[in-house]
Amino acid sequence: MKRESYGRIMLGLLTGTAFGFLLHKGRASEHEAISGQLLLEDFSVGKIMATASAVGAAGTYALNELKQVDLKIKPLNTGGIVLGGTMFGAGMALLGYCPGTSLAAIGEGHKDAAVGALGMLGGALAFIKAYPYIKPVIEKGAVGEKTLPQLTGSSPWLWVAGLAGTVALGANLLKK
Amino acid sequence: MHPLLRKRWSPYWVGAAIGGLEVLAMLTAKKPLGITSPFEEAAVIVADTLAPQAMGSETYREKSGKSPEINWEWGLVTGVVLGSMLSARLAKDPLPRPVPDLWQKQVSASPSLRYGGAFLGGALMMFGARMAKGCTSGHGISGTMQFSASSWLFVPIIFSAGAAVAKVLLGRKK
Repeated sequence: MKRESYGRIMLGLLTGTAFGFLLHKGRASEHEAISGQLLLEDFSVGKIMATASAVGAAGTYALNELKQVDLKIKPLNTGGIVLGGTMFGAGMALLGYCPGTSLAAIGEGHKDAAVGALGMLGGALAFIKAYPYIKPVIEKGAVGEKTLPQLTGSSPWLWVAGLAGTVALGANLLKK
Repeated sequence: MHPLLRKRWSPYWVGAAIGGLEVLAMLTAKKPLGITSPFEEAAVIVADTLAPQAMGSETYREKSGKSPEINWEWGLVTGVVLGSMLSARLAKDPLPRPVPDLWQKQVSASPSLRYGGAFLGGALMMFGARMAKGCTSGHGISGTMQFSASSWLFVPIIFSAGAAVAKVLLGRKK
């Protein structure tokens, strides 16, 4: 079995520890967090995601200008995104946690999240078994590893500013 | 009270810090945060160990061109459990009850029904995540911050599908 250096695995462990700490401090590790967001009763998860995305966008594109990072763009496979996204959303509503927050919920002591993680391993096993058969469906409507600035021929900074502005505006409106 | 001991931080501060962590990960690990790919790799290892023929792990390798590797992401997913445990212990959170309040009120008080739902939900969610190559972290934050077109399609789909199921399952019954 292949393995990266222990240094890189340790770096991942430290990064993950910070991530889990933050998810718990944001109370995203509670069942009520994802469920409340989906029921449109508690917007904490949306606020966390939107703020993280806006801050991450500004930092990532700044470092990209300085050639310090490589963008990691996931391919737009329309079939995989539409079907996978629908299954993901339905499963997330039933479980009441997303993959990251289920792990954080385990750390907090939620037994149902631990069962959910076993289910996640089961789902991954089903996926690798099914993969040869569903590969053509996943890759239906493949557009490639494209960003919105690339598809629209615009500057990424327009998008960074738009995202940051929308998040700031949303935060102000929700405060009232 | 020291901030590290508090039970809750503002979602905006948590979000800003996660955004900062994303940038740090891009800089140090050369990749953004993502949770589900180690589950796919772990599944290949489990399949190899238990029943490579029945689970078709060789066919998977051929078709996907991928082979499992213990890497940065494996450390990341382990760390998420530890970090949350640390924050919960520092905040002196009581251990949660087996059945979440909202589920108990709207669905059932039975722990076995809750565990069955959690297993099924987790399986469905992971299958979907691997079809889409990402989750709420990998697409929802890491992908959207890079303006990946796939991620900006994925996010509205998961929230619409999730909202529909949550409304039926957990919404207030008349």
